[in-house]
Amino acid sequence: MSETIRYEVKGQVAWLTLNRPDQLNAFTEQMNAEVTKALKQAGADQNVRCVVITGAGRAFCAGEDLSGVTEEMDHGDVLRTRYAPMMKALHHLEKPVVAAVNGAAAGAGMSLALACDFRLLSEKASFAPAFIHVGLVPDAGHLYYLPRLIGRAKALELAVLGEKVAAEEAVALGLATKVIPLSSWEEEVKQFAERLAAMPTKAIGLIKRLLRESQEATFDRYLEREAECQRIAGLTSDHREGVKAFFEKRKPIFQGN
Amino acid sequence: MSEWTFLAVRQEGAVGVIELARPDVLNALSRQMVAEIVAAVESFDRDEAVRVIVLTGRGRAFAAGADIQEMADDDPIRLEWLNQFADWDRLSLVKTPMIAAVNGLALGGGFELALSCDWIIASAAAEFGFPEVNLGVMPGAGGTQRLTKLIGPKRALEWLWTGARMSAKEAEQLGIVTRVVSPELLMEETMRLAGRLAEQPPLALRLIKEAVQKAVDYPLYEGMQFERKNFYLLFASEDQKEGMAAFLEKRKPRFQGK
Repeated sequence: MSETIRYEVKGQVAWLTLNRPDQLNAFTEQMNAEVTKALKQAGADQNVRCVVITGAGRAFCAGEDLSGVTEEMDHGDVLRTRYAPMMKALHHLEKPVVAAVNGAAAGAGMSLALACDFRLLSEKASFAPAFIHVGLVPDAGHLYYLPRLIGRAKALELAVLGEKVAAEEAVALGLATKVIPLSSWEEEVKQFAERLAAMPTKAIGLIKRLLRESQEATFDRYLEREAECQRIAGLTSDHREGVKAFFEKRKPIFQGN
Repeated sequence: MSEWTFLAVRQEGAVGVIELARPDVLNALSRQMVAEIVAAVESFDRDEAVRVIVLTGRGRAFAAGADIQEMADDDPIRLEWLNQFADWDRLSLVKTPMIAAVNGLALGGGFELALSCDWIIASAAAEFGFPEVNLGVMPGAGGTQRLTKLIGPKRALEWLWTGARMSAKEAEQLGIVTRVVSPELLMEETMRLAGRLAEQPPLALRLIKEAVQKAVDYPLYEGMQFERKNFYLLFASEDQKEGMAAFLEKRKPRFQGK
């Protein structure tokens, strides 16, 4: 049983709720481990076709719990042993992952949101790249994702100036998919997640794989990977269903494989 | 009844496929299992209709190392009498091209088995490593020798001393893996490459393999002399006549291994 998070599968959506509301869902060693485990579980569960990460209470995630930071702490080892496994599990999860950012996402909490595929923001959401204010560099994959999302210049502004980014501004920067009013927050997040869960899951996973590849591979190699992924997608029942529905002029019903 | 206890062996066209089939123990290589693998490889090697041999593993692992239980209480004298690695030596004598299709973990003996093949095609999810050091021992079936000849002593020591796992991508960058493919397509791509090899002139493939193996062990001059002899020898084959005639007549050659 998890103590620092809630993990529930409803329909075909896995809801991962960071659940230390009194500490603004700040990361502890245990929480890193429980998030990692839940992400792997969601990846392995055939029934799960979309993952939502959100926070209990008023914050999304305040980043590392500073009450646990000591003089003797080796910050490098904290990242290697606690954060790297979590971020790798998220990076390699071949299903759509939505960050439902219900409130403040600060430090590594912001990194977690950046690593997701979609960021839905509540009106009260904000991003705080706060590392610089305590004399540290952004971590948990932060500067891997940020320039890829918004370009180097903006990434550097955020990382160095460390200014808080409000919800609307985040959308304008290209950091988020959209802002959702408080009145319809839960309903719209649910709808968005269920929409993703009804899509061809395997193809979405392959799109994520190709996007990863496009950042690392040469063009020739990328084209080979593309051919491989299209071969795999071409073998799915969702592909057959999509084509069939197109000719029968009806809406396709995808099974995720 | 199959003649194999630990393997699933089949032939697809001119390709012989040997699948390690003890997934519940991650295809741990017991001595008996190694003996079976070698016997299966040799029987394909003797079969003229088999032009390529593919080795792969069922389940999560290609082969996750030796059977530790089996050797935990061994002593040097018993090991000398057992002479278990003689089976491995026989793999080096196989003349048919061998491809390892590495589907998952290839650790210790599993890595050595993959390195005994001529090509390694790896699933993107495959991982390689020599964890023997973590048990207070070291590789014994050629790991220190084959890895060093492939990637050089400095880099080999890095992996052999730490016992760390190497991703498929790292293994490809180091020149250990021929190609990394999506996990879903590992066998399809491997069989496609094997099929292409199976259409090449088999005698040339065999003599090329032999010459390349000598290149690793011989000084350059002796290697070149050896290469020359094999070059001359191929002119005794019908495939050489067919290959050159087809080239001159601008048509596709049909090779028969004669």
